[in-house]
Amino acid sequence: MTLAAKFKGPGWYRAALSIPLGILFGLGLTVGVRALYGYDPLFDGDAITTVALISTPLAFLVGIGCFDYWFYWAAGKPTREEDHSSHGAHTWKDYFKVNTDHKVIGIQYICTTFVFFVLGGLMAMVMRAELAAPGSQIVDPNTFNGLFSVHASLMIFLFIIPVFAGIANYVLPLMIGAPDMAFPRLNALSFWMLPTAGIMMVASFFAPGGSFATGWTAYAPLSTETPLGQTFFTIGVQFAGASSIATALNFLVTIITMRAPGMTFWRMPLLVWANFTTSLLVVIATPFIAGSQFFVLFDRALGTDFFNAAAGGDVLMYQHVFWFYSHPAVYIMMLPGFGIISEVISTHARKPVFGYRMMAFSLMAIVVLGFTVWAHHMFVSGMFSWLRVPMMITTMLIAVPTGIKIFSWIATLWKGVIHMTTPMLFALGFITMFTLGGISGIVLAVIPVDIYVSDTYFVVAHIHYVLFGGSVFTIFAGIYHWFPKMTGRMYDETLGRIHFWLSFIFFNLTFGPMHLVGVDGMPRRVADYAEEFATLNALISVSSFIFGMSFFIFLYNMISSWRHGPKAAANPWRAHTIEWQVSSPPPIFNFDEIPTVVGGPYEYGVPGAQHAIFKATEEKREPVAAE
Amino acid sequence: MAIYGLIASVIGVVAALWIDWFPPAAVQEAKDIDTLWDVLLIVSVPIFVLVMVVVIYCVRAFKARPGDMGDGEPIHGNTMLEVVWVAVPFVIVSVLAVYGWIVLDDIEAKKPDRLQVEVRGQQFIWRYEYPNPTGGKEKVKSYDLVVPTGRQVEFNINTDDVIHDFWIPAFRLKIDAVPGITTHWRATPSEKGSYDVLCAELCGLGHSTMRGSVRVVAPEEYDAWLSKTAAKAAEEG
Repeated sequence: MTLAAKFKGPGWYRAALSIPLGILFGLGLTVGVRALYGYDPLFDGDAITTVALISTPLAFLVGIGCFDYWFYWAAGKPTREEDHSSHGAHTWKDYFKVNTDHKVIGIQYICTTFVFFVLGGLMAMVMRAELAAPGSQIVDPNTFNGLFSVHASLMIFLFIIPVFAGIANYVLPLMIGAPDMAFPRLNALSFWMLPTAGIMMVASFFAPGGSFATGWTAYAPLSTETPLGQTFFTIGVQFAGASSIATALNFLVTIITMRAPGMTFWRMPLLVWANFTTSLLVVIATPFIAGSQFFVLFDRALGTDFFNAAAGGDVLMYQHVFWFYSHPAVYIMMLPGFGIISEVISTHARKPVFGYRMMAFSLMAIVVLGFTVWAHHMFVSGMFSWLRVPMMITTMLIAVPTGIKIFSWIATLWKGVIHMTTPMLFALGFITMFTLGGISGIVLAVIPVDIYVSDTYFVVAHIHYVLFGGSVFTIFAGIYHWFPKMTGRMYDETLGRIHFWLSFIFFNLTFGPMHLVGVDGMPRRVADYAEEFATLNALISVSSFIFGMSFFIFLYNMISSWRHGPKAAANPWRAHTIEWQVSSPPPIFNFDEIPTVVGGPYEYGVPGAQHAIFKATEEKREPVAAE
Repeated sequence: MAIYGLIASVIGVVAALWIDWFPPAAVQEAKDIDTLWDVLLIVSVPIFVLVMVVVIYCVRAFKARPGDMGDGEPIHGNTMLEVVWVAVPFVIVSVLAVYGWIVLDDIEAKKPDRLQVEVRGQQFIWRYEYPNPTGGKEKVKSYDLVVPTGRQVEFNINTDDVIHDFWIPAFRLKIDAVPGITTHWRATPSEKGSYDVLCAELCGLGHSTMRGSVRVVAPEEYDAWLSKTAAKAAEEG
């Protein structure tokens, strides 16, 4: 390919050209408008950066090639024959291009999000080093506030939410017998918006005045008054949010319209149910955080007064709109994990999921109830006080559908044939730790207790029990479970077990004592604390370092197994769901023959039961498995 | 299994109640909250123990023997069991919610003859204003928080800049100081001493240094302090 062609076609060459153009466009637009209005100074760094933060990522997405086909279409040119040249990965380089294969996109998602997981984790390590003793250790308060803000933002928007989208991207179309997602090009765009958002948040550390330092909650009016770094969050969230919404739409359409013949809703694996319900949450709720951040952006950039009380702005409105997304977001970060656990437990305990329909109904119940509890984050916010008791009651009621799930998983274990594989260990770790996080959630819902422990380390403990002991354990379970399918290789069981036990033990030693310091009166989000909390904080810090290092065992296991691990069979877990009925890794277009679904997904122990059959190809099944 | 569960629950509850969770209490309202906490512990521990014991039992009893390629029993559900684990948690959380509501009403009840103290947050310090002892309209301003025992204090909280949160752990109560509105909480100090005052809402660079103290004193001592502070303020004009 000639150099000129390289710059003309989609890819990194063109992106390298389009990024500076994006910056120039932002600069030109800002300076032009300021000149028109006669503003002084003409070159305002904050204003230019704000506009460039929007124009540059868009220019990058154009350059890398996310919009090529659509532009082509919109321009009315004759439709190009789809040659599938950007579908599927033939070399490692294909993972760094715009690709429309859901399996490639799934891997892109998972690898990218784990990069941000490591970055967010390292920030947590720096924070624990600072908090190992009272007083100031290694970072100043502004950096510290930035660290916990970026840590939380990366973990939420760049790890937990998108890694679930990545796992589902890979597995879900296979599970329902679809050749791909409904909108493969939209799928690619969703992925490429993510690194954009993540790099923006990390890059905020280089902004004058430091990174955004108002927590991931970015409460106004603090967030409308802080230096430029805040804008990196305000705009970064828009890209992460747009990515989320597009993926969720994609999942909804895929699940509704692309199920294989015979795959009725009541024959769908629970992972599909989980992503169906999660996608409903994302599509309904995510526009609210986008709105809240746009208001902040307007207050910052255009001088509006949405959150300026002195000019009639409403400070509490920010929190209502923010939490109207951010509470459902907790379930966006948990329901896909519920789906993973249902798959893992039934497969590795060789049992049908206990109460399958109730499991699906409880997911729906959580979706509905999830929208009725947002103000429990605001019991001490000074909002109208009558809303507190109804929100306490709805919050506590969520324990009922969640309880159904926990008890049903345990009942699934009952009389099973339990294989203590690494995914199973993480699933069991999840059940126990999530129960603890759920219980502390009930405690937090009781208003008089919440008033006392709000904004303390008790809350920090609670969210890490729910999001690490909960969500991240399910992510590990899922990654280990589908590793053979995704890579065609087996991971190392021994290393997997060591990873589980180290992280399980030191997770508890890190976050367990935080309940104690919280109730004892240590507020969260502080760079310094009173002398009386020193002992427990030292213990927490030491545990957290070992906890952090345990992750590198996982990383080593994944990388070395991917390169040199023993070849995996098509179906090493002898599972019934469809993704295991094709080769590992699956063929580029998933199925040579679309399967027909003839029964439930978890009919373990039922003689002769089958979930799906490859009708016309009974005799051709051998070559598929051997591929 | 039930025996193990019972023993573990008893040990767990005793241990949970033995832990000295809270900092010392300095107000009458604290007792209700601390009791509520104990009740929550007594309910929570057995639920957690139940889950742990059944999981551990399952792992021990139903672990696959090496080479066992069989499946478990194809049990798809049990309506009775499912009704039970919907109904029981529903009853538990309903009772707890009602109990929490009652406590909330109690601790927020207004008592007559409240002492009104204005609290103003600013980055990164708290300021206070007291009623004038001579009956004048001019409030007595101070950076010190001093309150008498035996009389309910109503804190009226406001802020000059961003959101803060006025928290006195020994009083068990906190609320945000929100630009544009005045928020309130009430407590009746009962134990003399000096206690921490904290800002519990991230308010910027100096958030972690926004710490002060409150002195709970006898009513006579409070009156004397207030007169002195008022006189000093008048002198300084």
